Amino acid sequence: MCGIIGVIDRARSGMDGSGIKKALSLMNERGSGEGAGYVAYGIYPDFPDCYALHVFYDNLVEPKKKVDDLLEKWGRIVHQEEIPTYEQPGLKKQHIPWRYFYKPHKDLKVGSSSPEDDLVKTLVMDINSRIEGALVFSSGINMGVFKAAGWPEDVADFYRIQDYKGYIWLAHNRYPTNTPGWWGGAHPFNLLDWSVVHNGEITSYGTNKQYVESNGYKCTMFTDTEVVAYLFDILGRRHGLASDMVVKALAPPFWDEIDEMPERERKINHAMRLTYRSAQMNGPFAIVVATSQGIVGFTDRIKLRPMVVGENGDKLYISSEEAAIRIMDPNVQNIRMPRAGEPVIGRVIV
Amino acid sequence: MEKVVIDAKGMHYTPLNKQVRQAVASGAKEIEINNVLGQRFIADGLRGDVKITINGIPGGDLCMFMNGPECTVYGNCEHAPGNTMDGGMIVVHGSAGDAVAHSMRGGKVYVRGNIGYRGGIHMKEYESKKPMLIIGGTSHAFLGEYMAGGLIMVFCMAEEPFMQDRGIGSGIHGGEIVIRGEVADRLLGVGAKKVEFTETDLKRLSPVIEDFCSRFNIDPAPLMNTNYTRIVPSSSRPFAGKYTWE
Repeated sequence: MCGIIGVIDRARSGMDGSGIKKALSLMNERGSGEGAGYVAYGIYPDFPDCYALHVFYDNLVEPKKKVDDLLEKWGRIVHQEEIPTYEQPGLKKQHIPWRYFYKPHKDLKVGSSSPEDDLVKTLVMDINSRIEGALVFSSGINMGVFKAAGWPEDVADFYRIQDYKGYIWLAHNRYPTNTPGWWGGAHPFNLLDWSVVHNGEITSYGTNKQYVESNGYKCTMFTDTEVVAYLFDILGRRHGLASDMVVKALAPPFWDEIDEMPERERKINHAMRLTYRSAQMNGPFAIVVATSQGIVGFTDRIKLRPMVVGENGDKLYISSEEAAIRIMDPNVQNIRMPRAGEPVIGRVIV
Repeated sequence: MEKVVIDAKGMHYTPLNKQVRQAVASGAKEIEINNVLGQRFIADGLRGDVKITINGIPGGDLCMFMNGPECTVYGNCEHAPGNTMDGGMIVVHGSAGDAVAHSMRGGKVYVRGNIGYRGGIHMKEYESKKPMLIIGGTSHAFLGEYMAGGLIMVFCMAEEPFMQDRGIGSGIHGGEIVIRGEVADRLLGVGAKKVEFTETDLKRLSPVIEDFCSRFNIDPAPLMNTNYTRIVPSSSRPFAGKYTWE
């Protein structure tokens, strides 16, 4: 059991982190104090075209030297600093959160249609699998993940997320069941522009892990959710599928439902199931994925985890519980529970 | 004793439930809880003859294990109101989440709007204890999953076509599910079968329809002059050959 919530302002108006902190704390019963985290988009207007690399360091000597050398070899560090944190009595600081604003040298990557993304992706995989004491947990442009092992309000206050203004926020309250609770295992999981929060288990993790690894990704977080970020990167960025099609690949309709579809739709769904057989996810899940362009929420096909949706003007909310949405926005309208596997999509309109 | 009014704004469920229990222990017959937002476990295990009004959105497992009280909610419910409820009543003037009336053993749950997935999962009955889950709107999939007893009725008052979600009565081995309108065969779960809804059934269930309508101030006539589909177990042991060998 975990708690998730996401919000987008489709007109890109900034919201500070205080609202989502309240919403996530309201669902404390869904967590165990072993992991909480937030991600926000549009928070670094001073570095609008730099990759914001958030890194957990065990110390600032050996691992940081290695990361600095690697980053400087493949690009330019425009600015770097410790992420400001504020001591909380209920939270033990186990790592030093650091951030780089980074521009990769795209000329160094040939044969790619998105050389900068590919370079940064390779750097993240390299650092996380080879440099002990360093973990890149956020690597997109003008966005950032803030997470730790602790309760939602402690993690929020540790980073003072109310000081950041984003037009998209996702948040997650973790109740680890079959993998350890640690800073890197807290959600959201991020790679490049993709961020994921997830309630449930991916029982198809083995198959999915093989699939992403055969596509050049390395699983280093000791938990299932990171494959979802990599699956979205493969299907959404590299294969260029729209987010509703990615959801169709990951949580496809049942065969008997496909058989009843009109011919064109049946052919598409048939092809999707065959093509993305190894990307399909099984098990109970409710997931919200964000990019700078929007959010998408979906559940497993037999709906073993809750998901509630609400709207208010430009704002779209997706949450495990209705009350969490209402505490953020008492005037929310159109509260509904989407069907299993139905993608709920909020795109920016400006 | 007069009505007890509790303001639950920002309150955790533990002190809230303590106040509810204190009120019942001191003889209150009516409790009004205002500004409820996400508090779980309200009135859980509560016994007695008391009417509780909840204004707001109660959290999960409302009235779990409850026996006796009548709880009216002016708002939506989250997951599993009426979980393993023993007796008494929940009236929801809104919609409710997944697993409504989960494992319910007795009493009534009325929902004016819709319910989520797995409503009435593993409801059961024993002798005079026969739980009822009555839905004004519609239900998502796996309604009455593993149902062992009791009654589920779905009036589909807002939906056209009536019932669209699959897996109705998946693994049902007791009790009955009555749904307004036609239900396509492909929507039936394993172990469920449709039987004719007769005049005798209508006569038997009209007091339920009338009581539901009077609670929500709805005209019962359209629900009396309509057709229903009745779904019952095809056998008392639908998975007899699946997990055991004889």
